Amino acid sequence: MAYCTYGELNEDRSNAVLVCHALTGDQYVAEEHPITGKPGWWALMVGPGRPIDTDRFYVICSNVLGGCLGTMGPTELNPETGKQFGLGFPVITVGDMVRAQAMLLDHLGIDQLFCVIGGSMGAMQVLEWASRHSERVFAAVPIAGAARHTAQNIAFHEVGRQAIMADPDWHGGDYINHGVIPRRGLGVARMTAHITYLSEAALHRKFGRNLQDRDMLSFGFDADFQVESYLRHQGSTFVDRFDANSYLYITRAMDYFDMAMEHGGTLSDAFEGTQTRFCLISFSSDWLFPTSESRAIVHALNAAAANVSFVEIQSDQGHDAFLLDEPELNKVLGGFINGCAERRGLGW
Amino acid sequence: MSEGYGDIRVDLQYIADMIEPGTRVLDIGCGDGALLGYLSEFKQVDGRGIEISMAGVNECVSDGLSVIQGDADTDLDDYPDGAFDYAVLSQTLQATRQPRRVVENLVRIGRRAILSLPNFGHWKVRLWLLSAGRMPQTETLPYHWYDTPNIHLCTIRDFVELVRELDVEVERAIALGASGKPLALQATGLTGNLLGVQAVFLLRKR
Repeated sequence: MAYCTYGELNEDRSNAVLVCHALTGDQYVAEEHPITGKPGWWALMVGPGRPIDTDRFYVICSNVLGGCLGTMGPTELNPETGKQFGLGFPVITVGDMVRAQAMLLDHLGIDQLFCVIGGSMGAMQVLEWASRHSERVFAAVPIAGAARHTAQNIAFHEVGRQAIMADPDWHGGDYINHGVIPRRGLGVARMTAHITYLSEAALHRKFGRNLQDRDMLSFGFDADFQVESYLRHQGSTFVDRFDANSYLYITRAMDYFDMAMEHGGTLSDAFEGTQTRFCLISFSSDWLFPTSESRAIVHALNAAAANVSFVEIQSDQGHDAFLLDEPELNKVLGGFINGCAERRGLGW
Repeated sequence: MSEGYGDIRVDLQYIADMIEPGTRVLDIGCGDGALLGYLSEFKQVDGRGIEISMAGVNECVSDGLSVIQGDADTDLDDYPDGAFDYAVLSQTLQATRQPRRVVENLVRIGRRAILSLPNFGHWKVRLWLLSAGRMPQTETLPYHWYDTPNIHLCTIRDFVELVRELDVEVERAIALGASGKPLALQATGLTGNLLGVQAVFLLRKR
C-alpha cells in the first residue's frame, strides 16, 4: 500500500485525517506529482493554514486498492506467476478499498480518525468508512458524492471501458507483455469522463466556440475548436500517468457501490446508531453526482438521528468544483472542521 | 429571562427560556443560527438546524453548527418520532405550504414543540383592512401582498383551534405586545388575540 502523510501525529493519536481520493486521483494530495510535476491534487485544501491544516492535523492519503501508483492493483506483480496481474487481478469493491485503508491505520497505530474526507469516489469511501467502521470515525465529510452509482454514471463508465477494450493495443488486458499500452482507448475514456466532470456553463465560459490556433474553420477533422484541443490534451496526458486496467477495475468498483442494497434496501440502516458527525457538500452545477444524491443521504442520516450538516454550494464548475478554488467550500469546510476539533478536544 | 445575549430576536429569547439545559433541539428555519448558537453556548444544548436559504446554512456550518439545507414542508418526514426534546419553528409556519402537516411533524419529532407566530388578529392588522380596505402592512408583516413569503397567515385563535383539532396540548402561550414584552393576559383569549403582535407556544402531543 502506497501512501503520503503530512503533519505530526499528536500524543493521543487523535488528530489523524484520512483523505480519500477520487477515481483518477492518487496519494499525492499536497505535494508535486512524481510523473506530471504538477502540484498536489488538493493542495488548495491540504497544507499549513489550509482548511485541512497540516500544522494541526496528521493527514494521510493512500493510493486506493486497484490503483496504479504503488498500492496493490493490476499493474503489480502477481507473486505466484512473477508477472503483472493484469486482468488476473480480482474485481474489487469500494468496501475492499476501505478495508485496505483500515489495515493501514492499524499499521500506523491509529484507532480513531478525527476526520475522513473525500470527493466523488472519495465520498463513497467516506460513506463506507462511516457505515462499516463508524467507531473509528469522529467526523465524516463526503463531498459531491452518492450512496449508489446511478444508471447514468454506470453508462458513462461503460463507454470508457468499451473504448479501452476496443483498442487493439489492449490485447485482452495483456498489453504490457506486448510492449504497448492502449493509448487511444484510455484517452477516449478520459475525454468522455472529463466532460461529465464539467458543466455546460463552465465549458461555454472557458471555450465557447473559440477556434484553436486558427482564424477560420478547416472544414476537416482537425481540432478546430479549443474545446476539442483541450479534451485531446486531457486524454493524451492522462495516458502517461494512469493504467488502463486500473481504470477498468476502479470504475467497476464504483458501479457496484450501492449502500442501501447492502442494508436490505434501507439506506438509513447503514448508519444506525452512528455517533459520527457528518458534513455533506454538493455543488449546484454537478450533474454527475447531483445535489439530489447528497440530499438522499441527508434524509437517511436524519432518519438515523445522526448529527449532520449539509450545504449545496452555488458554482458553475460542475463535479470538478471540489478540486478547484471555491471560497465558499473552504469557508464551510473550515467552519465544520474547527467545530468538530473543538468537540474532539483539538482546539487551539 | 436569561442573562442578556445582545441582540437575539425577542421571540427567540422567549423560546430559549422555554428550553431546559442539556437537551436535544431541532430548530427549523434557523436562519443564521442565532438561536442555536445561543442555546449551545448558554444552555449546553445539542442543537441541529434546518434552513431554506443557502446563505444562512453556510453561515451556520461555518460557525460550527449542525445545519442542513432544507425546508419544513419537505424535510421533516424522515426524522424518527421523539428524536428531539424540542422541535422549534420560529416565525416560519405562515410561510409553509402545509402548516397543518408541519405542526403534526413538529409534535411528532419533538417531545415538545415550540412555535412563534405573527398574529394576524392584532388590532392594527384588523384596523388596516377595515379602514383602508387594503392588505395590511405592519412592522411584523412588512410585505406587499404580491411579494410576501407569508402564504398561510393566521390569528392566535386560528392556531389554537388547529392545535385543538390535532389533539395537541398548549402547555404555555405568551402573547408579545408591540414593545416585544409579554402581555399580562391570557394569550389564547379574545384580548390576547387583539393585542398580541406575535405569540409563542409550548406544545405537547397528548
